[in-house]
Amino acid sequence: MAYSLKQQLEKPERFAGGHRLCAGCGAAITVRGVLRALKPEDKAVITNATGCLEVSSFLYPYTAWEDSYIHSAFENAGATAGGVEAAYRVLKRKGKIDETFKFIAFGGDGGTYDIGLQSLSGAMERGHDMVYVCYDNEAYMNTGIQRSSSTPKFADATTSPAGSVIQGKTQNKKDLTAIMAAHGISYVAQTTFLGNFKDFHEKAEKAIYTEGPAFLNVMSPCPRGWRYETEDIAEICRLAVESRVWPLFEVKDGVWKLNYEPKKWTPVEDYMKKQGRFKHLFKKDNEWMIEEAQKYVDEKWEALLAKCK
Amino acid sequence: MGKKDRLSGNEAIAYAMKQINPDVMGAFPITPSTEIPQYFASYVANGEVDTEFVAVESEHSAMSTCYAAQAAGGRAVTATSSAGMALMWEMLYVTASARLPVTMALVNRALTGPININNDHSDSMGARDSGWIQIYSETNQEAYDNYIQAMPIGENKEVRLPVMVCQDGFITSHAVENIELIDDEDVKSFVGEYNPENYLLKKENTLAVGPYDISNYYMEHKKQQAEAMKNAKSVILSTAKKFEELTGRKYALFEEYEMEDAEAALVIIGSSAGTAREAARRLRQEGKKVGLIKIRVFRPFPMHELAAAMSGVKAVAVMDKAESFSACGGPLFAEVRSALYDLKNKPHVINYVYGLGGRDICVEHFEMIYGQLFEIAETGNPGEVYRHIGQREQEGGK
Repeated sequence: MAYSLKQQLEKPERFAGGHRLCAGCGAAITVRGVLRALKPEDKAVITNATGCLEVSSFLYPYTAWEDSYIHSAFENAGATAGGVEAAYRVLKRKGKIDETFKFIAFGGDGGTYDIGLQSLSGAMERGHDMVYVCYDNEAYMNTGIQRSSSTPKFADATTSPAGSVIQGKTQNKKDLTAIMAAHGISYVAQTTFLGNFKDFHEKAEKAIYTEGPAFLNVMSPCPRGWRYETEDIAEICRLAVESRVWPLFEVKDGVWKLNYEPKKWTPVEDYMKKQGRFKHLFKKDNEWMIEEAQKYVDEKWEALLAKCK
Repeated sequence: MGKKDRLSGNEAIAYAMKQINPDVMGAFPITPSTEIPQYFASYVANGEVDTEFVAVESEHSAMSTCYAAQAAGGRAVTATSSAGMALMWEMLYVTASARLPVTMALVNRALTGPININNDHSDSMGARDSGWIQIYSETNQEAYDNYIQAMPIGENKEVRLPVMVCQDGFITSHAVENIELIDDEDVKSFVGEYNPENYLLKKENTLAVGPYDISNYYMEHKKQQAEAMKNAKSVILSTAKKFEELTGRKYALFEEYEMEDAEAALVIIGSSAGTAREAARRLRQEGKKVGLIKIRVFRPFPMHELAAAMSGVKAVAVMDKAESFSACGGPLFAEVRSALYDLKNKPHVINYVYGLGGRDICVEHFEMIYGQLFEIAETGNPGEVYRHIGQREQEGGK
């Protein structure tokens, strides 16, 4: 059956409204999008790293999660999801459970690229049948927009501020999706919120229903941290893809596939211009920063194309 | 009815785990507990257990695995030591606060700095406020017996707390001793099935674990945890009684040796109790009224019971196998001394820190300490109460 967003939206909601996430938060869009890819008859256990999503969706005594949910700490969503999955395997083998459960972990880029990378790597290497979803908003938003290894170069964050001598983050964004692909796991993909969510939905579905460990990296913009108008989120995501800052690709059984190639590239400047975190790049004498950012995007793109050939 | 064998402390724990057949083991090797997951992995590889063995990449992930597996509805175990438990630190608190009765075999080792692989109690003593029940063992037999009792205690509905069963690194973990093992079927019926009321994989209703707990609720949850720890005391005793019916081996919150008419007493934890008991035995032969208390359960702390046991004593030396850098004594000293505060006739109490990083303590050391206690009882002057023994520059100086 052909994909239809309208039909997908008719499914019962598994992430209830009333949570405390900001209006227009990318994390909530990621969660709803991923959970829509679950078959309604399948049960799931959701694991969540500490972060905005966790503190806003499960404040005792309320939970926004219709499925079973477990949070333990910041740096261990991988191991926590793996622990649940290990218990599932043995309890199923012993005949104590007969339903099908799926295991989905959500973490921000802080909990995934940085403090939780070891735990994630371990869980993926051990082959737990689970999906780890990173809602990548490119900084530690829960504690107040501190830089992470996912923050792009030059971005203004509270621990990499745009000062008079050092102007924003001095390092490039870590290529976590490639690192996860290097684990040789069943399925790895990168997506974001685009058009009718077809790319997102199909990747979430593959990630959940491909046996073995899978990793989904979802660019999930944060209006407060990136400083854009809340209603512009779709445009920000579109520009990220059209400028090739955030290419859409997937790696299945070691085979890299580019899912979308813009006909005419949008300059990275157009993407940055929309966001307050890059404001200082547009000051006089800072043209070199935009040039360097463009050069980096071009080089990364060429490298990606080579992998996808 | 039981079988005699010769096992090291680590083998004994692994054997108990095999008999219990837990659902999930998450573990990472660290000296001197490494053998436990090693033995267990071979049981898994040979199909002798049904357990999912999750060979994690760190101890933090080991405890995260156990926390999650137990929340999912399984029975989860781990084994660790020293820096390994230190890396679990955060998850010790998380597991206890979620009221998940994970069982840990802790093989006590000095908590590093500088690195040292030998025994003291600095690892578990540091974790005394994490909300775990702590049961200590003097011998391999006790390590095995305590482990068999751990799950019926922790999983009891009035308790629902994680349990660490401690034994002394190398001293019992690697020494092979005679041991009496319980029959598999008896272990299985004693420990029983794990049947939690609510768990993540329950088909009827979903469960959410690990909330953000704001100040409107947090204190109530901590009070419930504190109540659970109080409840644990009677459950530990009733479990010990059932265990005695099964094996004939008697356990309590602490063991008393010659305490009925003792005037000078030592309070100690773990394998060194054997050495101290020998000193007490020798002195008793000389007609000296000495006694010994060996703490088995440190959490919950048997405060009133200890006070009652020492109500007639004139002088007490509390032996700490851990430094707490309080500048006024070790952790066991602080709590035992506090326990004695309500006595009408308070004994004099001194503290000895001993055995750090595997430093030996001998019968003669304990004889000397008993001698000092009689002197203190006679003069009424305890002198400096915070003392160290066995180190190079000073032999138990006053």
